[in-house]
Amino acid sequence: MLEEVFRDEWGRVLASLVGFLGDFDQAEEAAQEAFAIAAARWPASGTPPNPGAWLVTTARNRAIDRIRRERTLAGKIHLLPVPEAVMDGIDDIDDSAIKDERLELIFTCCHPALPLDGQVALTLRALGGLETAEIARAFLVSEETMKRRLSRAKAKIKATGIPFAVPGANLLPERLDAVLAVIYLIFNEGYSGRGDLAADAIRLGRVLAMLMPDQPEAHGLLALMMTHHARRRARFSGEDLVLLEDQDRSLWDMPQIAAGRAVLDRAIALGGRGAYVIQAAIASLQTAEPIDWPQVAELYQRLADLTGSAVVELNRAAALAQAGDPAAALRAVDRLDLDGYLYFHSTRGELLRRLGRDAEARAAYGRALELATSTPERRFLTRRLDQL
Amino acid sequence: MQYALMIYADPAYAEALPDEEREAVRAEFATLVDDVQCVASAQLQPAETATCVRVAGGRTLMTDGPFADTKEVLGGICLFEAANLDEAIELATRIPVTRFGAVVEIRPVVTR
Repeated sequence: MLEEVFRDEWGRVLASLVGFLGDFDQAEEAAQEAFAIAAARWPASGTPPNPGAWLVTTARNRAIDRIRRERTLAGKIHLLPVPEAVMDGIDDIDDSAIKDERLELIFTCCHPALPLDGQVALTLRALGGLETAEIARAFLVSEETMKRRLSRAKAKIKATGIPFAVPGANLLPERLDAVLAVIYLIFNEGYSGRGDLAADAIRLGRVLAMLMPDQPEAHGLLALMMTHHARRRARFSGEDLVLLEDQDRSLWDMPQIAAGRAVLDRAIALGGRGAYVIQAAIASLQTAEPIDWPQVAELYQRLADLTGSAVVELNRAAALAQAGDPAAALRAVDRLDLDGYLYFHSTRGELLRRLGRDAEARAAYGRALELATSTPERRFLTRRLDQL
Repeated sequence: MQYALMIYADPAYAEALPDEEREAVRAEFATLVDDVQCVASAQLQPAETATCVRVAGGRTLMTDGPFADTKEVLGGICLFEAANLDEAIELATRIPVTRFGAVVEIRPVVTR
């Protein structure tokens, strides 16, 4: 219970402290100290009515104390005025009195001047409230490596003067794209089955959509992640991958699908026509019964026009086949230059099988099998081959 | 904070430009470095004029030209005073040769 409060409050508390202290490491230290005090006191005294404000105030006071102590030691007490610590009525401070600076923090963590792996780690640490060890486990690296990655990113923020600010209007679109990409990358790491990263990404997406209520792509990404995540229990049967059309719909999280749909509606109402909104619309259509495949193909076409991605073209072709035209789908697939891509060959295999060209289908599935790296993928393709 | 903006450009671009456009680019660059935020700037002579010096075992060794065999060579340096990295990036994008594929490396300057 306390852990949950901590995870929910961490980002806001840390953001407020980075804003106040102007230093990532000092902010983290002060936040950790405040959370430790809370962990010691709250079980006995009860959780204060405004835990966030309590934590921020306590952390600020600790940081101020430390700065004073260090200055006294260095004999620099008169250097700069230090704000007074707030001691009285700490339990009465309203959470709304603490400015929410998480958006500033998100844009700092996802600044494109940082290496991508650093952006991801820092976002999970600073906003997701994950411990360094948890992030290390999720990304299959040692804790030492993850610690270095985080401190390199923080050092670069400090040394290069990456601002703690929401970018101005001219920079905002591309910076927001970078933030969305980081969150989606975290989600996809989780989607392939590791830890709670997918749930962490959804939490981050929800915070972003709440902080940027007028940005359709923020809602689009959240809707996309929610809809995919709602189907997670049906995607595997034991070790085996289950294709969308074979999934047991009773395993889908219907309330989450409906909630995702509501978020998508909000994105569309805002005039959203971006890549995440389109992908969310596709994911949402694919939860209907029966699925409107011609419309799915049409949306993939729009997405392909927007992104120029051959992988999207491949998905469009698969939707065309589902809409009842495997021959047209195969023609579209054969125009693509994706020889090193597993799903290119597995899609071709499936189309050839439907067209009754079994020998060619077998060759295509064989090529896909050569490219498969995970056990579930390999098992799936072997089953397909056996069925031919 | 002070930032060094190091401009790496392909010298071929300038030769390919018509005279009046080259003049416009030069004027645009001059406006940028006349800005109060600009502490210092230097446009360098072509890479063919470079001499690389090394001291080894008390001897001065010299080689001709830049070391790296890349198309982009260091063509100029500007020092800017900027509030933060985003402001420095914004200044970098105003360097006209970036429109012709030049790369600007931004580094904060060590304060002494």
